[in-house]
Amino acid sequence: MGLEALLRGEDFITTTIDEVIAWARKSSLWPMPMGISCCAIEFIAVNDPKYDLSRFGAEVARFSPRQADVMIVAGTVTYKMAHVVRRIYDQMPSPKWVIAMGACTSSGGMYRSYPVVQGIDQFLPVDIYVAGCPPRPDNLINAIIELQKKVEKTRARDFQDKI
Amino acid sequence: METKLTNQIVLNKIKQKFPSAILSTEEFQGDFILYVDTNQIHELLKFLKEDSELCFEQSTDITAVDWATRKNRFSMVYQLLSYKNNYRLRVMCYVDGSLHHPTVSDIWPGANWQEREVYDMYGIIFDNHPDLRRMYLPEYFEKYPLRKDYPLMGNPGDFKLPTIIED
Repeated sequence: MGLEALLRGEDFITTTIDEVIAWARKSSLWPMPMGISCCAIEFIAVNDPKYDLSRFGAEVARFSPRQADVMIVAGTVTYKMAHVVRRIYDQMPSPKWVIAMGACTSSGGMYRSYPVVQGIDQFLPVDIYVAGCPPRPDNLINAIIELQKKVEKTRARDFQDKI
Repeated sequence: METKLTNQIVLNKIKQKFPSAILSTEEFQGDFILYVDTNQIHELLKFLKEDSELCFEQSTDITAVDWATRKNRFSMVYQLLSYKNNYRLRVMCYVDGSLHHPTVSDIWPGANWQEREVYDMYGIIFDNHPDLRRMYLPEYFEKYPLRKDYPLMGNPGDFKLPTIIED
């Protein structure tokens, strides 16, 4: 199954360090659940046995930004909260990614009013936007898979200036 | 057997103590509303709480109304509840043109935060309030967003986004 079939009885494979690291990174994305409002409940559903995010290696939700790879911003971000979100993002070690989960986070959603940031891309570099209010768990899993495709393409030189 | 508290009993009791305080009354969808003279609002609310029969122990909500075009622009709204009588009462009064209004946080300690919210949203200044700071909005914010002349999307530059430090 899987890797054994690729090896075909040989006990070694040849590859590049870059590819192995990218493969390891994409297979163990540790999310930081930035659960600000109702989307966070949907993120909990993603982790439960029915949807089971651990199938994609991203089940280890870290509540400390220093141990996380991807921040899932799930909820309405107000201008007051934006400072907290950015500060937590700054504490995450590089390389790091951001998923904007739900309509509020991506664009302000139905909260078209003065205290709500109309999209977190105004202060965070967002990699994946997830549609929905709130998004269904499958939709977030899809976002994780899309992010994995993105992480797979990363190479060490992409982060050299960040170290 | 105690008599059930009715609107008329409440009105008579207040009129006995404060003959000139009540400007008008209204009954709307089962709610009894008193419109009260601003100069006597503090004593009247104190009486409503401390009277042994009325006993309005809880100020359920304190808020304000911006009438925008009226001469007295703001109204204060006190929503009171008497546990003892299972009776709710709404007291309203105009806010003085100077936007200064007596605090009721000495009567109901819970009114402290409710009045902070009103200050935050409408800019009404409560005299003798122990801790009149903004409640929800950032401390650098200068406007009062629930006023009718504040635009829905705010003014550009009212709020600050985080400063991004490139590493």
